[in-house]
Amino acid sequence: MGTFLTRHLQNALAALGQLSRQPVATLLTVGVIGIALALPASLQLLVQGGQRFAGGWSGIRDFSVYLKPGTDLAVARNLARALASHPNVQDTRLIEADAALAEFGRDPAFGEALKALKSNPLPHTLVVRPDAEAAPADLDALKAELAAKPEVDLVQLDTQWLLRLAAILDLVRRGIWIAAVVLVAAVIFIVGNTIRLDIQNRRQEIEVSKLLGATDAFVRRPFLYIGFWYGMLGGAVALLLLASVLLLLRGPLERLLQLYSVDFTGFGLSPGTALLVLGAGLVSGWAGAWLAVGRHLSAIEPQV
Amino acid sequence: MIRLDKVTKLYRGGREALREVSLDIGPGEMIFLTGHSGAGKSTILKLLALVERPTHGQLLVDGRNIGRLPAREIPAYRRQIGMVFQDHKLLDGRSAFDNVALPLVIAGLTRREIEKRVRAALDQVGLLDKERQAPRTLSAGEQQRVGIARAVVARPRLLIADEPTGNLDAELSLEIMQLFRRFNDVGVTMVIATHDLVLAGRVGGRHVLLNHGQVQDGGAAPATPAQCSTGQA
Ligand SMILES: Nc1ncnc2c1ncn2[C@@H]1O[C@H](COP(=O)(O)OP(=O)(O)OP(=O)(O)O)[C@@H](O)[C@H]1O
Ligand SMILES: [Mg+2]
Repeated sequence: MGTFLTRHLQNALAALGQLSRQPVATLLTVGVIGIALALPASLQLLVQGGQRFAGGWSGIRDFSVYLKPGTDLAVARNLARALASHPNVQDTRLIEADAALAEFGRDPAFGEALKALKSNPLPHTLVVRPDAEAAPADLDALKAELAAKPEVDLVQLDTQWLLRLAAILDLVRRGIWIAAVVLVAAVIFIVGNTIRLDIQNRRQEIEVSKLLGATDAFVRRPFLYIGFWYGMLGGAVALLLLASVLLLLRGPLERLLQLYSVDFTGFGLSPGTALLVLGAGLVSGWAGAWLAVGRHLSAIEPQV
Repeated sequence: MIRLDKVTKLYRGGREALREVSLDIGPGEMIFLTGHSGAGKSTILKLLALVERPTHGQLLVDGRNIGRLPAREIPAYRRQIGMVFQDHKLLDGRSAFDNVALPLVIAGLTRREIEKRVRAALDQVGLLDKERQAPRTLSAGEQQRVGIARAVVARPRLLIADEPTGNLDAELSLEIMQLFRRFNDVGVTMVIATHDLVLAGRVGGRHVLLNHGQVQDGGAAPATPAQCSTGQA
């Protein structure tokens, strides 16, 4: 058992030595593998950031309250003032119909059409910001209360875009899995092809070893270890890339999220993700080596 | 030790290299396979190395029909025999020491045992002082001697050599043959293919003459095997 382990260790080190003898080629291969592995992981970080953003903003749950067309401005103002003192409301803001029309008029897409209208079709609108501590049930009650008022036409929650963002993030997350599968397949292909060339270059060594009585397992082993190292080093490069991307983005991102009072602590590469990246590297490096070895090694039979 | 019983070898494409060759080789014998180019000398060695399989007939080594040996048992079989090649087949990326060590690494010996045996083998061929050198930096004769050290380092009972002196001048050739002779003296069975009849005649041993894939002379083992010192061309 002891000699078995030392022999594997020797093989692993010999494979590493083999790689270090062609530093440029090795760095190129490892770099490509690293980039391929870092890509899905960095997308994952992006989604993680987006989720925090969406989560941090769920505190902002403004209602848009559209009053019935033709409601008097004085009535609208009174309602705004009355609502401001409601226990579950933090603040209200009135967007008068004329102001809204002027706003629209500035948009060239609407300007001409609005000019054709005889009267202002827009209602007065109240933007109601609920109390930050208000529970969802309170919000529902508030919404019902607002909708029941005779001068109110429609109550709309402004959280729609958050739901949309969540849906997009969900889609992106699924996309990441697909990208990850494709990129892992690419890594398997890269390693497989590199090892295929390696096998061709070491053809003589393989033939002589077989003549001297080497088993297939013996001949295969160094190539499997080379695949192992490619995967391992590629995974390490991917982690390095991710760490430096995070380092570069950390400052600006922190400032941005602070502006939106989103908590930043704990954002970054989780140990689980790091392990996954390393594991994906190892497995795909090993798999690529197996494929190459299986296809190309048995084809080499010694000629005397 | 080795018995070819009506062995026929047809190469792919229908080329008949051996036709019903019968040959007995006793333990400790030194055999020279001779004959014209294309007579089938190399083919017999390829069969013994299991690089090729006999088409018909039996090839027995130590009573086992190796002509039908399953592929997965070939490595273990090959580890029991030493091989010397005309082009020596040394690996240029490795030192003389590492080349000689390869069969022992394959056999899975410990580092210490490997060092001991490799030094002993290099000493036997007189190259102990060149162990760090790459084959490329050695002379043709030295390269062949490294090849021989590699062939004997695992202490095989059978050594086969195909034109081992093909690239060497007369003097170096004789040196190599005397080296073989010494291994034969300690009991290693030798099968050497050569077209150099003069050289073979000077070394002795039994001469098997092949002609168009058939044994013309020397196929039977002598009444008393062991080493026969007089050749019969
Ligand atoms: N791989 C092969 N495929 C087809 N024919 C072959 C192959 N190897 C050898 N032969 C043929 O088999 C015959 C015997 O070849 P072999 O190599 O045994 O001759 P030899 O006695 O070693 O000759 P030489 O002295 O030139 O080395 C030759 O006619 C050769 O052309
Ligand atoms: Mg030949």
